[in-house]
Amino acid sequence: MLNYLVRRVAYGALILIGVNLFTFFLFFNVNTPDDMARLNIGGKRVTQAQIDKWKAERGYDRPLYWNEKKSGVAKATDTVLWQRSISLFALDFGRSDSGRSVDIGHEIKTRMWVSLQLAVPVFILQVIASTSFALLLVFFRHSRIDFWGVVLCVLMLSISSLFYIIVGQFFFSRMLHLVPISGYVGGLDAIKFLLMPIGLSLLARLGSEARLYRAMFLEEIGKDYVRTARAKGLPEAVVLFRHVLKNALIPIITSAGAYLPYVFLGSLVFESFFGIPGLGAFVIEAITGQDFAIVRSMVFLGAVLYIASYIVIDLAYTWADPRVRLA
Amino acid sequence: MSFKPVFLGTDIVLCAMLLVLLAYAWRVVVDANLRATWEKVFRDPTAFGAAIVLTMFAGVAAVDSVHFRRALPAAAGAAAGAAVAYEPRTESLLDLVLARQLATREVGYSRPLAYEGFSKIPVVRDGESVRIFPRLAFGGAHLTDPEAQWAGDVEMRAAIGLASGTVVALLAVLASALAIRRSHGGVAAALRDIAGDRTHLPLRAALLTFGVICLLAGPVVALMQEYHVFGTDRTGNDVFYQSLKSVRTAFVIGTLATVATLPFAIAFGVLAGYFRGWVDEVIQYLYTTLSSVPNVLLIAACVLMVQVYLDQHSEMFETGSERADVKIFLLCIILGVTGWATLCRLIRGETLKLRELEFVQAAAAFGVRPLRIMSRHIVPNVMHLVLITTVLGFSDLILYEAVLTYVGVGVDPSMNSFGGMINLARSQMSENPVVWWSFVAAFAFMVALVLAANLFADGVRDAFDPRARSFRPRLRRAAMS
Repeated sequence: MLNYLVRRVAYGALILIGVNLFTFFLFFNVNTPDDMARLNIGGKRVTQAQIDKWKAERGYDRPLYWNEKKSGVAKATDTVLWQRSISLFALDFGRSDSGRSVDIGHEIKTRMWVSLQLAVPVFILQVIASTSFALLLVFFRHSRIDFWGVVLCVLMLSISSLFYIIVGQFFFSRMLHLVPISGYVGGLDAIKFLLMPIGLSLLARLGSEARLYRAMFLEEIGKDYVRTARAKGLPEAVVLFRHVLKNALIPIITSAGAYLPYVFLGSLVFESFFGIPGLGAFVIEAITGQDFAIVRSMVFLGAVLYIASYIVIDLAYTWADPRVRLA
Repeated sequence: MSFKPVFLGTDIVLCAMLLVLLAYAWRVVVDANLRATWEKVFRDPTAFGAAIVLTMFAGVAAVDSVHFRRALPAAAGAAAGAAVAYEPRTESLLDLVLARQLATREVGYSRPLAYEGFSKIPVVRDGESVRIFPRLAFGGAHLTDPEAQWAGDVEMRAAIGLASGTVVALLAVLASALAIRRSHGGVAAALRDIAGDRTHLPLRAALLTFGVICLLAGPVVALMQEYHVFGTDRTGNDVFYQSLKSVRTAFVIGTLATVATLPFAIAFGVLAGYFRGWVDEVIQYLYTTLSSVPNVLLIAACVLMVQVYLDQHSEMFETGSERADVKIFLLCIILGVTGWATLCRLIRGETLKLRELEFVQAAAAFGVRPLRIMSRHIVPNVMHLVLITTVLGFSDLILYEAVLTYVGVGVDPSMNSFGGMINLARSQMSENPVVWWSFVAAFAFMVALVLAANLFADGVRDAFDPRARSFRPRLRRAAMS
């Protein structure tokens, strides 16, 4: 187990190096720091002096990959690549590129909790809602309920999540005045603001998830142990909820686990539509403001979380299925 | 009137894809195995109906993909041999069909089928300033006394449209009955068999789908001659026109982005699976690295970079639509470069299985070189995965486009797209009174397109990968009757 964990973490570090190199190439080679400086300072006439000052402030005035002027190890270390990478791996994200120059690490720390408030309930409720809906359909399989249930699923998964949000905001906030249309406050009052985004994001993904889970349950139902259980005379409900549900956990973990990285990063669209100041909204602000330092940090953070969540999923497998041994 | 054809990058690729599709269709006709599998797809009533809806949308996209620029009238006193100047605006054949919708721009919002504007404006009447709803410049402009005539006019046009739609639908029924009369013993028997769903292909479902489309399209065509069928948006543009133009954008994204993944996915997947060892390790590392970055972030990062690059090289493009086209083209490439991991993983797994099979082993024993084994024996046998993934990815990408455009890394704002329409609709829904028609139009078109794509994809998956999980519900025979 420990052996396995060490290997996974080492491989994860290797992947992070790859991600870092890739984003570095993307952000510093496709457009040079000079282009960035021009973009961020803005205005028609940007003097070279201004550009140099901007670059010096952010430490972009070194060579990108290889410093010829230095000697020894400093040839590799006194470069933008080295400096940026080292600070990223230490999770020190530095300051943003734009005029306000916020401390990215601080922003992430404060916004993370807001994101989690939205994402954790969504993640848990999603698994519960999809599993129960799928089990309902499987219980009534080959009947009209199943048929129309799947039709409903297909219809629901054909509707863009943006439509759910717009219609939801329109009905629940504008027509019925049940919840505020958007916004956020800290503390317990947050529930008022979070209720609708949570409900709507459940609804937006219910179609595809429930259909997938239904197919997985049906696959399990064809197996021998189910026939044995039925032959023993167990009621169908017990077969489904005790035997099939337990055995279908592995595929459920796989499919639900794929969303785990997004739990931390927050849902981009939902956060920005509902004005919830989480990490997702942070990313969207950065994209619209063309703040590359933030985007770069979030890409890195996203990769870290992805790797972490895959290790968590593997551990969850061993919990769900004792036959799985991590070696 | 002379014109200059314009070949935008996406036009050429769409055209090439159409040719590949035709070539594939020819192979299907020739190859008995493939034909049998595709017949299985089309024997499924849902898939057949969905295919018809998709074909309609594809037709719109195709018509919208033939671009040209009109010549400007020669300047007075210009020499006879002077170079002809062309309009800066690029038009497509669809713009010609919808010339009226394009030309009849109102000043602001108007409701669907309205003859007056949406908001009151002050006018001076008898020396007094009153606020009235202004007549629209084009919508219902032919009515002399709109209050009395409007309802009757709309009803009459809708009735004519419905009638002609019915005629077209009946013609289609007749044509299909004529086509199958040989095997069914006469036209009358063929008609009866169609009605009773006793045909080889589920013609009844297909004709019903076509009939519904005709009944919807008929009134729309009849009404759009004088009205804005789906109203106008804030700047007075026809919403129906925007919806039709968005179809092409959706198709470009849906097809091009998946096609862009194929070279990476197939080449890397087959190489990794066939050679194993360090090749496999490197390729696995590559796609794990790519998929470890949340997709939206990765795409956003790439698109931002491209945007900055394009902004600094704006001299590369002659017209605005060329620029928008390059942007959507690059977006598709980016979606392709960042999105090949899933398919690659599937192909690698399948290749690992295939390479141990007898026919591959035999080929290797005969001394066939690896490259040839891969291209002759392995690639054709993973093609069903490619096909299924392509068809399944189509609808996902259309939905994804809306999200990307909302985030601000999607298609150019000057280009009509569903994402752009939803974006606008969002602000319109918060106006008072509600401006709902843009939203409803985008919703209707998008759901129709995505739903058809999903249903068709399910049919393809069931036919081509019988081992895959089936997502379709099956009623017991007894329950159906």
